[in-house]
Order: sequence, then structure tokens, then C-alpha cells
Amino acid sequence: MPEIFQYDFMRRALIIAAVIGIIAPCIGTPIVLKRLSAIGDATSHSALAGIAAGLVFGVNPIIGAVVFAVLAVMGIELMRKAFGKYSEIATVVVMSAGIGLTAVLSGFIVNGSSNLNSFLFGSIVAISDFDLYFTLALGAVVIIVSLALYKELFFVTFDEEAAKLAGVNTGMVNLVIMLLTAVTVAAASRIVGALMISSLLVIPVAAAMMCAGSYKQVSILSVAFAEIFTISGLIISYYLDLRPGGTIVLLGVLFLIIVTLLTRRRRI
Amino acid sequence: MDNEILKVENLYFDYSDTSVLRDVNFTLSKGDFLGIIGANGAGKSTLIKIILKILPYSKGKITLFGEDLSCFRDNCKIGYVSQKANSFNSDFPATVKEVVTANLYSRRGFLKRGGNDKKKLHDVLEKVGMSGYENKLIGRLSGGQQQRVFIARALISDPELLLMDEPTVGVDAKSVRQIMDIITELNRQGITIIMTNHDTPELVRVSDKLLIFCEHGNGEFVERSNLTMQQINEIFAGKRVHHHA
Repeated sequence: MPEIFQYDFMRRALIIAAVIGIIAPCIGTPIVLKRLSAIGDATSHSALAGIAAGLVFGVNPIIGAVVFAVLAVMGIELMRKAFGKYSEIATVVVMSAGIGLTAVLSGFIVNGSSNLNSFLFGSIVAISDFDLYFTLALGAVVIIVSLALYKELFFVTFDEEAAKLAGVNTGMVNLVIMLLTAVTVAAASRIVGALMISSLLVIPVAAAMMCAGSYKQVSILSVAFAEIFTISGLIISYYLDLRPGGTIVLLGVLFLIIVTLLTRRRRI
Repeated sequence: MDNEILKVENLYFDYSDTSVLRDVNFTLSKGDFLGIIGANGAGKSTLIKIILKILPYSKGKITLFGEDLSCFRDNCKIGYVSQKANSFNSDFPATVKEVVTANLYSRRGFLKRGGNDKKKLHDVLEKVGMSGYENKLIGRLSGGQQQRVFIARALISDPELLLMDEPTVGVDAKSVRQIMDIITELNRQGITIIMTNHDTPELVRVSDKLLIFCEHGNGEFVERSNLTMQQINEIFAGKRVHHHA
């Protein structure tokens, strides 16, 4: 057995990375195609505030991240309606609130600032049993809902007005997209880091869009690409002693650049 | 009446302080082709959006398939084609098959799939002359082809009433001809059609009923066959129709 698999923490990290590699593009696809990529950033910064709150009040930080991320997406949805065509303002407001709250709460963390740092850029050494099972459960929810609502997610993403006229409950589907984004961001904050998770929602989908010939292909290829980034990024970070989140994201960016260059001729 | 599809009575719609529709009345039966004519901003698209429940109306009564519009839930009986060729995101990675069948799956409700979808897809694409394009990306098609795909999407759930809001805008002349032929053929097959079009002469030619919006949002409902040549020319010139006793 390779050395990397002999360590319990690495086995846990690889399992979580594999789950994130599936769920991030699952929800990233509708988010990117609806041009809501910035929501990942706003949600992750709010999740960070939840992590800080968890550390302050002695609650598991990932639970804090889920609660705050869900509150953030609900806040964005409510504010988006108020701002009409300038709805992106809502995303920035929620992101600012998340950053502000994190800054304030971090001042109250006693003996846990290194723990907060591990959530900023991702860490693989601190994954507890609870983290593992909770992330697996969140991942299962995202995968099941994404598969069950695949057609509805496509229709609402492609043409919301037509979907509504056809009888699709577009409000419910949009809410599901937002809630799954919140759950995904919270689940991935441990390994990838809250500051970088939004890139994992976007980069695999962007790379898949460069070479896919259908929405279905984008959905499948983005999962395949995300698995490549997360697993290989984790392995590289282990052997080169690098931060896992940063390694995964940089690998993704490099991959995206290569795919963009290779498919340029095809797209012109 | 068994054949009655749509009845609009004393319909009013105000936008802010402006009256857009005033006392609009008409009835459509199965197989009718209603052309809505009027200048830009006269209320043509507004009326279509009200029937589709996208906009709420201020006053009046609309009966759709025998039910009050507010109670109507049988969405698959209605198809809608808008000016999509102009407004949709052509970089979206979706195939013709994915776009057309989306309408089918969603109407069955969550988690319900299957059936003879392949045959339905084949049939509607054949109707609009797009057979063989199933796996093409919709963004790679011409404006006219894209619009025919959107007509196929509206048709796949077997609608009895088809609402079309300027379906030939942004489409080349050859495609306009093809699209108009498809629409008239659908009407011949018994589908009731409500259509707005910037090309008034063409719309008057294919319609058997006309709703003409002049000033103040009053819609004048007339049978095409009752119009004299002079009245038709008045319509082409953008004038109000003067009924001669």
C-alpha cells in the first residue's frame, strides 16, 4: 500500500475530497450557467463567519458554517428581489457582512486562531469523525437532490420564464440551488478552505464548458475534472508539503488554461 | 360553448398611471387564428403576458378552457413562443434535444420520467423541419433554426393554444417564410393560435380574426372575412378600422 494511504487522516481527506469533487460541480453547473458565480464567494465568506462563531461558542465549526451559509443565501434571495435588475448588489452586501462578522468574531476566539486559519486555506490534519460523517451526509443530500431535479435545474438555468410557464416551481428550484450551494460551501470549507471553495464551484464547470457538446456533458465532465483536481491536488500537497486548498485550486486553474488553449481552434 | 378556448371580457390593464388596455373583449374557439395588431407599446405583448399569467390584470374577466384564469393550472394546454432568437444566451451549452424535451419532463412533475419521448421529439422536430439536429448545440444554429426549435419545444406537450409574441423578429426572410408556413400548418391541424407580428400584412393574411389596438388601448375585435379591401388597407396604414353600416 502506498505510504499516503497508510495514514488515517489522509484516507479521511481523500474520501472528503472525492465527495467534494462530485458535489462542487453538481451545484457549480447551474450557478455558473445562471451567471451567479459570485454567490459562491458571498456564501463562503458567510460560512467563514459561521466557522468563527462556532469556534467562539464551542459549536462544531462546520455546523456553524452550514447555518451561516444557509442564512447568507436566504439573505441574498430576499435582497435580490428588492434590488431588481441590480440584484448583484445583494451578493456584495452579504459578502461584506460575512467578512465583517468574521473579523469581529475572530477577536473573541480563545486559543483557536490557528483553527480558524485552517478553515481559511484548508487543512487535512484536523478532520474529526464528526467532520467526516457530517460531510458525507451533506454530500449525499447534494448528490441525491441534484440527480432528482436534474431536468428542472436544466430548464430553470436555461430559460426560467419558459420553465415557469411550463409549470415548474421556479421559486422552489432557485431556493434549492441556493441551499445546495450553501451546503456545498460549508462541506468543502474544511479541506479546500472557505476562501477558495468558490473557485472549485466555477473552475471545473468552466473547463467542461470549453469542451462539452451538451449540458449533460458539462455536468459529467465537470465532475470528472473536479475529481482530478481534488484527488491529485491532495496527493501533490501531501508529498510536497503544501496547503491542500491552494494546491487543488492552482491545479484547477492550470488545467483550465490548458483546456482553453487546446480547445481554442475548435471554438473559433 | 364546447369549442370555446378563450374568452376575454371587459379587460383593463394599467401600468403605473398609464392605461395600457381598456375594455378589451373577444372570444376564441378551437382552430381560430387571432392576429394582434397595433403600434409598439399598444398593449399587444401585454395582453399575451396577461393570458400567460406573467402579468396580473387590473379589471375584467378571462376564461381559459372554461376555467377562470386565476384557477387555470393545466399549463400543458398552452404553448408559448417569444422573440427568443434575439434574447437567449447563445453560449449556453444545450443541445436541441435538451431544449425541446425540457418542456416535456417538467410538465410531468418531479421524479417522473420516461415514456415515448424519443418519438415525440422526432415528431415535433419533423413538424418544424429540424429533424437530424437533435444533438446540435442550439447556440450554433441560425436565428431561424433556433426559433423553429423553440416552436418545437412549445409543441412537444401537445398544446391546444399557442401564443406567439413576434416569433419572426431577428430572423432572415427565408426563415420567416418557413416559420409562417409551420404556424399556418399547425393552425390547420386544429391548434388555436394567438400571434403578434411586426409584419402586419403577413399577419392579416394568415389570421382569421384580428384584434386591432389603436389609441387608448381599446382593442377592436374583427373577423378577417368581414373586412373590405379598404379596411385592410387602413390597417396596413396603421389606421383605425372604420366600420361601414
